[in-house]
Amino acid sequence: MNHLDDLESQSVYILREAYKHFKEVCMLWSIGKDSTVMLWLTRKAFLGHVPFPLVHIDTSYKVPAMIEYRDRLAREWKLKMVVGQNRDALAAGMGPEKGRLTCCSALKTEGLKHTLDGTWPRRAMNRDGVYEDVLDGEPYTGVIVGARADEEGSRAKERYFSPRDHNNDWDVADQPPEMWNQFKTDFAPNTHVRIHPLLDWTETNIWEYIDREQIPIIDLYFDKGTGKRYRSIGCETCTGMIESKARSPQEIIVELGKTTVPERAGRAQDQEDTYAMEKLRRDGYM
Amino acid sequence: MRWKSSAAMGTCNMADDQNSTERQTMNVVIVGHVDHGKSTLVGRLLADTNTLGDGKLEKVQETCRRSGKQFEYAFLLDALEEEQGQGITIDAARVFFRTDLRDYIIIDAPGHIEFLKNMVTGAARAEAAVLLIDAKEGVQENSRRHGYLLSMLGIKQIVVAVNKIDLVDYDEHAFRAIVEEYQEFLSGIGVEPLRFIPVSAREGDNIAAPGERLHWYEGPTILQALDGLKKAATDAELPLRMPVQDVYKFNEAGDDRRIVAGRIESGTLKQGDEVLFLPSGKRSHVASLEVFSAPTPERLTPGECASITLTEQLFVSRGELLCHPQAKPHVSTRLKVNLFWLGKAPMEPGKRYKLKLATSAVEVTIDSIDRVLDASELGSSSDKAQIERHDVAELTLRTRKPVAFDLSAELESTGRFVIVDGYDIAGGGIVREALRDNLETRRLERQLRDMEWVRGDVTPAMREELTGHEAAMIMFSGSSEAGKHDVARALEAALVKAGNHAYLLDGKNVVLGIDADIAFDDIDELVRRFGEVANILLDAGLLVISTTNVIGLADHRQIATQIAPAPMFLVHVGAKSDELADRADVCIDGKVAPKEGVATILAAFTNSAG
Repeated sequence: MNHLDDLESQSVYILREAYKHFKEVCMLWSIGKDSTVMLWLTRKAFLGHVPFPLVHIDTSYKVPAMIEYRDRLAREWKLKMVVGQNRDALAAGMGPEKGRLTCCSALKTEGLKHTLDGTWPRRAMNRDGVYEDVLDGEPYTGVIVGARADEEGSRAKERYFSPRDHNNDWDVADQPPEMWNQFKTDFAPNTHVRIHPLLDWTETNIWEYIDREQIPIIDLYFDKGTGKRYRSIGCETCTGMIESKARSPQEIIVELGKTTVPERAGRAQDQEDTYAMEKLRRDGYM
Repeated sequence: MRWKSSAAMGTCNMADDQNSTERQTMNVVIVGHVDHGKSTLVGRLLADTNTLGDGKLEKVQETCRRSGKQFEYAFLLDALEEEQGQGITIDAARVFFRTDLRDYIIIDAPGHIEFLKNMVTGAARAEAAVLLIDAKEGVQENSRRHGYLLSMLGIKQIVVAVNKIDLVDYDEHAFRAIVEEYQEFLSGIGVEPLRFIPVSAREGDNIAAPGERLHWYEGPTILQALDGLKKAATDAELPLRMPVQDVYKFNEAGDDRRIVAGRIESGTLKQGDEVLFLPSGKRSHVASLEVFSAPTPERLTPGECASITLTEQLFVSRGELLCHPQAKPHVSTRLKVNLFWLGKAPMEPGKRYKLKLATSAVEVTIDSIDRVLDASELGSSSDKAQIERHDVAELTLRTRKPVAFDLSAELESTGRFVIVDGYDIAGGGIVREALRDNLETRRLERQLRDMEWVRGDVTPAMREELTGHEAAMIMFSGSSEAGKHDVARALEAALVKAGNHAYLLDGKNVVLGIDADIAFDDIDELVRRFGEVANILLDAGLLVISTTNVIGLADHRQIATQIAPAPMFLVHVGAKSDELADRADVCIDGKVAPKEGVATILAAFTNSAG
């Protein structure tokens, strides 16, 4: 087994544990490369099936191509697609001009929290590929997330199975022990567990695997002749493109071998404050 | 700066790596007593191998300047706000770097005793360890505790770095004294370290480049020692072990394959192999190895996640251990183990815990505590009646249901376990010995009987659909005066009235007919026959209610073994001080009205059935 086989096997094992232990389990799909790799690993784990819903939090500021790509793949792969949104905040005019961390908190963190706990309506794709509002959804007790330890400091401290209390808070200083692939699968009422199958993957590993498996990743990551591409994708308003002529996973891998610029350098919210990401994550940000 | 030459030394080069798919990753944990310089060592490794992103070093230096703190390499690791404030590592952080040889995941574990569970978490993922000892402070409590835990966690490659050698003026004698003291401790617990290296993480001596003032030292630097670590040999030659993780059937999606999923921990598996599931003892053959978007492998090797189909439609479930019939694991309810305890509340006799070993999860209690050690000293043993946080103990555990396992010395991954207290993993351990329980005969009899059992076309699932419930046994215990018979009768009536298929199997009725040919004192045979009758009723899908007084207070475990995998729910009527009361799922006072007792039982039973 080479290093990609090892990573794949560990992720598949974790996904199967998550599916086994959590009755109400969902996977967050940001449409980006990491969570799309995670979705592919799910199909590996369950022999082509995706047995749990995929949740996307739509801030309404996403690059439009992302939504189109999401729905196309959802229909093609027969995904149980669920979309959540902070409709009240949007109606009141929330946007990055109100402050990036304020905007992230409202549209992502709050939107996510209430979509996960079922207190806000969820839009779910039905069998005909059309979205319908679903009210009174059960709270998800297991939430599968594509965080990687190498992305930034606070993510390096995550567990594969990481408990969150009823406020979605992460108690960094008091995390459960995790050893020998025995995870935290018992949890108190009103708490939930975040599950991180990609914790051990690096950005390079992700692209190596996309290349090996020929995963149909969204093409925003590739240069289409302008000499620019996205290295990390998110809201159009707060995500910058990088100067790059990489047109394929192989070219990206070569480029990553030469760069020392951090992956999230184009994500404006991270740069607001030294501990911005830790603060956002303690409150439930992904 | 001197470290720029590191690439020339054959250590680090990030850029041109064309065969990255063939590269290996090595997980290394950095452990040691608090303040002995673990994070500094890791920070230094990152800086000296040029692994940090552009501006990271400068950014942290700038943050320090702004807040008036002196810059330390450790700040590169201790990214969490609280850690920088307190200058300690709270959790095990993971950092990545690469050399020409391979990729590394470095796990920086906290040395503070409060965060021992984080150290264990970090170390359990590692294949090798660097253990730091402060040259000035010498061997400390957690130097020993961490050394002991590494051996228990099964980490065999240990490099000891004697750090802060600059603080003792690069003195060889100071280094030798620590080597001698710590070597003696390690050999006492059966650990042989790879080597001792004098280093100064702060000054960069012997990290990525040799220390100029350590001319008396001729061995490798830390980076060279890391590249000298070996990947563990795969366990392909060992007996096959595949813990069953789950069984899938995606009927809704038009897929009628019945998939047994699990990961190969040791040995190899291929199509056509005869396989045995333990503890149930069921046998079948591998019909196919299933994959998604990949070529079907010829055989599966250790570390691979497997999806297999079987030639027989067996009912197997999570927790069974799949093996080849010629190389079986142990099956027992009694295990002699070494254990370390991390829980806030002590581990106590009489209390119920959950034991998770591979994919099995069973209720467990302490049978006996043989020895409790203070992990930092290890010389002193005590006759403590409980196991406190951070203690290490030798004890005997008793599981409620039989478990399949190996001895840790023979097969590591199926020879270790964790203990769950309430909602949390509170301890971990390794199995040293399988103790015989008195159920072995019953277990073998059951296996033989199940192997030949003739089945009709009606499956248990079809019966469940009809009855609306799973088959289960509800067994009463308590002295003959306790009034349990009244409650049992009321329970049968209540269940049937609510539309369930329940039957009160009175022990006396079995004695009257089936046992008419044997003596009243042939307890073994009376129990065996009773268990077999119960088994047939359970096979018919019933809820079997029973009081066994008429054949004596026979060990319920015998009957539970015979009827497995059908669950047994224990109801105790009478005083709570009883030993049987300890083992019961629910306890009721014999003086309450039967109706009230029934309500209590049903609430607990519904809860246990999930």
